[in-house]
Amino acid sequence: MIEQVRSVLSQTAMIPPHIATLPEDANLPEAGLTSFASVQMMLALEEHFDIEFPETMLNRRTFATLGNVSTAVAELTRKAA
Amino acid sequence: MDAKTFDAKSLLDDLFDNGVLFDSGIDGLYGRSGDFEEVIERFEAMVLREGEKDGATRIHFPPGMSRPALEKSGYMKSFPQLAGCVHSFMGGESEHAELLGKMATGDDWTEMQESTGIAMTPAACYPLYPTVAARGPVPDEGLLFALSSYCFRHEPSKDPARMQLFRMREYVRIGTAEQVSAFRESWLKRGRAMIEALDLPMEVDAANDPFFGRGGKMMAASQREQGLKFELLIPVASLKKPTACLSFNYHQDHFGETWGLKFADGSTCHSGCVGFGLERLAIALFRHHGMDVKRWPANVREALWSA
Repeated sequence: MIEQVRSVLSQTAMIPPHIATLPEDANLPEAGLTSFASVQMMLALEEHFDIEFPETMLNRRTFATLGNVSTAVAELTRKAA
Repeated sequence: MDAKTFDAKSLLDDLFDNGVLFDSGIDGLYGRSGDFEEVIERFEAMVLREGEKDGATRIHFPPGMSRPALEKSGYMKSFPQLAGCVHSFMGGESEHAELLGKMATGDDWTEMQESTGIAMTPAACYPLYPTVAARGPVPDEGLLFALSSYCFRHEPSKDPARMQLFRMREYVRIGTAEQVSAFRESWLKRGRAMIEALDLPMEVDAANDPFFGRGGKMMAASQREQGLKFELLIPVASLKKPTACLSFNYHQDHFGETWGLKFADGSTCHSGCVGFGLERLAIALFRHHGMDVKRWPANVREALWSA
């Protein structure tokens, strides 16, 4: 899953290119992902995986690391399946 | 305070009936009485007196600003629903005839207007950052500004405390993270003391801006988690949902990065502001102390008129 997430992020405009290459547990805001860019990330993932993040998941923790993002996407795609 | 009549519509009617505000036919656009303006002037004097010793540079901005500057600031990413831009007719005589024809038949004529490059100022500090950036490096001790502007936000409402055109006073600090944090702490204390002196009920709480859409929910949660925004809330049109009359904001390096605000050593500046919603504060005073300014409690009059 994390490779798919990396692939989506690397193709999303407004997300700095190095973000997709960070280690799984690197803190994304600290690595330069602005809150607006994390919104772009959320929208890109929703479109690519045909999922919708529920409001309870729309927080900093969900989008803090690529690992957290992948876990959340995996959970939502499993529910959608 | 009568809890039964404590709602937006009856408060607005009360303000109209007592000649404090005047209906314009558009929700959120009102005429103001002489007394209302005097209360605002007196409160502004209080704010200025409080900040005087800090030596802020005063700048008064008009209600319109450069549209490209607003775009660059990121406003359209976060609050597209609140923004307003100014358009004007720039055609010749034949287009003018067409425009009048459309008006006469009730068709939409506004498409014949073009952008003037002016956007309505949404908060007093938006025009400041490009102005500061143009002046070169920020000195080590940072900068402090005392701003005022009429502001526009498109959110029509019957709540008189939610106007579409209103005045905002701000102190803006540009400096290191530590300088901005100390500034905000100091104004959280000063703001409370000022509202206490005006005998108004209040609470200070963590808050978030009304970011647009579902992505906005994420930005709002992030803003709260990081403690970037606090509001001083006073019950005005509702007891359950008190009105933010002052706000205390830490922008981190958002505007510093956006506008290239840097110290001489090349490090990026942080910024923060304290904003005073002047009409909101005035309406809170009328709501709690009565529609007749002369009959307000002596301590409140003293606090305002001795400023």
